[in-house]
Amino acid sequence: MIRNGWLALAFHGVFIAFIAAPLLIVCAVAFTPLGYISLPTDGISLRWFAAVADNPRFIDAFWLSLALGAVSSAVATVLAVPAALAIARRRFRGREAISAFLLSPLLIPHIVLGVAFLRYFSQIGINGTFASLAIAHVIVILPFALRLVLSAATGLDSAVERAAVSLGASALTVFRRVTLPLILPGIVSGWLLAFITSFDELTVSVFVSNPSTTTLPVRMFLQIQDTIDPLVAAVSALLIVATVVAMLLLDRLVGLERLFVGKSRHG
Amino acid sequence: MTPRRAPYWLSAPALLLYLAFLVVPIGAVTLISFQNFQFYGGIQPGFTLKNYVEVLGDGYYWEVFGRTFGIASVVTIACAVLGTFEAIVLNRMANPWKGLFLLVVLGPLLISVVVRTLGWALLFGSTGLLNKALGVLGVAPVQFMYSNTGVIVALTHVLVPFVVISVWASLQGVDPAVERAAVSLGASPASVLRKVLVPLAMPGILSGSVIVFALAASAFATPAIIGGRRLKVIATAAYDEFLNTLNWPLGASLAVLLLLVNVVLLQASNRMIERRYKAVFAEGAT
Repeated sequence: MIRNGWLALAFHGVFIAFIAAPLLIVCAVAFTPLGYISLPTDGISLRWFAAVADNPRFIDAFWLSLALGAVSSAVATVLAVPAALAIARRRFRGREAISAFLLSPLLIPHIVLGVAFLRYFSQIGINGTFASLAIAHVIVILPFALRLVLSAATGLDSAVERAAVSLGASALTVFRRVTLPLILPGIVSGWLLAFITSFDELTVSVFVSNPSTTTLPVRMFLQIQDTIDPLVAAVSALLIVATVVAMLLLDRLVGLERLFVGKSRHG
Repeated sequence: MTPRRAPYWLSAPALLLYLAFLVVPIGAVTLISFQNFQFYGGIQPGFTLKNYVEVLGDGYYWEVFGRTFGIASVVTIACAVLGTFEAIVLNRMANPWKGLFLLVVLGPLLISVVVRTLGWALLFGSTGLLNKALGVLGVAPVQFMYSNTGVIVALTHVLVPFVVISVWASLQGVDPAVERAAVSLGASPASVLRKVLVPLAMPGILSGSVIVFALAASAFATPAIIGGRRLKVIATAAYDEFLNTLNWPLGASLAVLLLLVNVVLLQASNRMIERRYKAVFAEGAT
């Protein structure tokens, strides 16, 4: 193993500072005792966190995003699991094409999906409803769930399932007692990644939501466009903490490296 | 459910959803990009190339396209250079540092882009902290907020983890003995980097850069917040047409052009990277 020289370590230090600086300043500003954006140089205060708790617009948006994330990630995972099992375990005509098609939303700019949903949902008269947001989010996050379930299902040894069949287990029992437990880590991490992606999604949601169905990122975006105050910094600080917790959970579950790099390369 | 048909049944629910809510909406928005818009009548039936003529013939939109792809190019180069070096440094670290810093570098991908961009807006503008820090180093103040420079810095921060990931992935396949062999044959650290590591990491550098370029060219939140209302890129211009001017056909033509560039670029570069490196691997085998 070749060690890093001092130059490499200096670069590393600057790089990490670059990565961390904007997140740290958001957290610092959230504790300001003053009424405007400033660093908490003379004393810290929780007044802006209290202001968040008292602000129904952010609280409502938070609950909406939470519900939206829960519903859309559950639907996306339920749809992704059977498709992933088919793609990972079977050889059939059109397999590559189906896999590429199901992953294709990753290649489409979110702005394009956003305007397409806006046009279509207004045409069929459901734009701005919770259902339309949920459908849009399922399309956006399904590829993430699919990729992780695919990677889990590809690594599965099919001999285990054949053994279960030869011992007289029915197809349903094999799935429930053998296949499902084995790919469960992939399903859970796919669901969690899908949830986080839905919870953070801005560009598609900004087109599909209306004033009564505003998600948290959309609420924050509109607020920031209007004025940048310590209130949005406090909301952001809370989100950073929540994401760090989710990240540590994901790291325990699958390892972040595997989550992002992905072991299988289907399509 | 016969075993032969099973895979189709298993993927049918997802496929039907995509058909109804992905293929049809994209088709519908492509369709209106070929329709006429009247201020008092809305979207008119019929077929016209007017929107594309307007977008491709207007100096204003050329400026928007130029800014979008200019920013995306600089961001891509910055991410490729910074991300590659960081991945190499990380790869040489020992645990637990390696795992810890990988978490620090990749973790921000899970944090909302709005939050990360807000952080840069605070550093650039309201607190002026970045310019104070630059002042200590003897650098004259730079206009970051509402400037291309600011958008480039913030987008590089948002997208650099993608290069780190893909270079990291391609370095995992490299035998550490290769590097040691180069050193034992008298190569300097710089030439190990230039002649051994970077060429081996090239597939990762290229595929990471392609992802970064595609995402930078279609970025919305960061240019909207840091660039402000005047520095438009394609995504924010399309947003304006759809939600402010309400000229949907014109906005749709911008979106369709962006989609086209994206798909062509991603497909072509994937082919190129695959073909080029397949050839290298095949030669190496003989």
